[in-house]
Amino acid sequence: MDLKRTVKFEADRDPQFAHWVSHTVGGERIRHCLQCGLCSGKCPLSLYMDYTPRRLMHLSREGFKEEVLGSTSIWLCTACYACMVECPKQINVTHLLYALKQRAIEEGRYPRRFAIPVMSRLFARMVHGAGRITESRLVVQILVRTAIWRLLGMSKLGMALLRKGRLPMSSEHIQRRKEVATLLDSVAATRKELAI
Amino acid sequence: MKYAYYPGCSLRGTGRAYEESLLAVLRILEVEVEEIDDWNCCGATTYLSVDELTSYALAARNLALASRQSGEIIAPCAACYLVLNKTQHYIREYPTIKLVVTRALDSIGLAYQDDIRVRHPLDVLLNDVGLEKIAKKVKVPLKGLKVAPYYGCQIVRPYSTFDDQRNPTSMDRLLEACGAKVVHYPLKTRCCGGSQKGTLPEVGLDLIHYLLSGAVANGAEVIATACPLCQFNLDSFQDESGDRHHPIHIPVVYFTQLLALALGAPAGSFGLHRCLVPIEPVLSEKEIAYA
Repeated sequence: MDLKRTVKFEADRDPQFAHWVSHTVGGERIRHCLQCGLCSGKCPLSLYMDYTPRRLMHLSREGFKEEVLGSTSIWLCTACYACMVECPKQINVTHLLYALKQRAIEEGRYPRRFAIPVMSRLFARMVHGAGRITESRLVVQILVRTAIWRLLGMSKLGMALLRKGRLPMSSEHIQRRKEVATLLDSVAATRKELAI
Repeated sequence: MKYAYYPGCSLRGTGRAYEESLLAVLRILEVEVEEIDDWNCCGATTYLSVDELTSYALAARNLALASRQSGEIIAPCAACYLVLNKTQHYIREYPTIKLVVTRALDSIGLAYQDDIRVRHPLDVLLNDVGLEKIAKKVKVPLKGLKVAPYYGCQIVRPYSTFDDQRNPTSMDRLLEACGAKVVHYPLKTRCCGGSQKGTLPEVGLDLIHYLLSGAVANGAEVIATACPLCQFNLDSFQDESGDRHHPIHIPVVYFTQLLALALGAPAGSFGLHRCLVPIEPVLSEKEIAYA
């Protein structure tokens, strides 16, 4: 029999994580959360989540780092902002979920071949290189790295889009590509200087 | 006044018809636009989860470039519209972000202007052009074509000031001015799943199905969208979501395509032929001339 403790103890908390949550962009107002549940009620994805947004708010402000960064919720959020609009305490729920997703990616907490962090990284790489996204190339790159068998299933849709002129073969890019590199260098330099 | 036009990456790919139809509508309504010189990707929701600070700097480059051309930006893509607005809000609210962005722009010879306004075509058409002018220019009335107006999430939430965040009506009114019958569609701001169809397919297909079946249940003959990803999701995966639930076939177009049609834009100039689920059968049934 696989027994699992269902109650969380004070000692399971990570106070540093709780501190980070309430000081990160989006988390500033989290201590005002009433646990009213409007965020969960409005969330179109909450029915698929292990911890609904309301529970996630509470777990993160108390510092239950393992549960929060290991939850499926941070990956399910599509940033539709329904929760933020409803929150009676004006908590930036969506922005906080972004911060948690970013933290989970930084700490490498996701299943192998999981498409979402792969997509984020490839997206960033394409923007760095070309300044713009060529959707068709991005989709192929993601599938090659995560679920190559699905490329075959996509071929029918791909052909249909191609016929409709919706999959241009040329790749999109900006003229002054160097500006993107200079911009990134500058952000990195300021970040280092300010230690943020 | 000339608006700075920010197409974004999708309008050069799967969302080409959005650009074609928007420009056709603006031309007929004598709204002048000029594309932002050398614009770059806004970063969308995807870049934000890799590196937030950098994403604001990338978005701000567009704001700075645009401010050299105009005081107002038209951003038709929902993600671009949100990201540009969000960047402005964050630069105002967080001094550190402002510092990072200002320095980054300075390194490429640009300056950040706070007063540039980022606007959605729905806002410009309704509030700058006006329903009266649009109604007067209608050449092909939509004859009570039953449309479900689908706004999606990121146009009205969380920053929009031009429409209600829970029950927006700007698209409803524009379509009605063209003679369409807007059906009751309570799901109008519910999320289509965005890129979930690609990353978590089962979830994405469920969300797509709810939106499609909700529109059909309320008598819609066509769904009008205002976002390239919404249009792509709802148009492209009807077979797949049908396999999981029950089959639904309903044309999904950009609201600008219906406007272009009503305003008498030349056929072929506003991308109706690019939709995967054809709208022609519905139009001929209603005897709406499209040639």
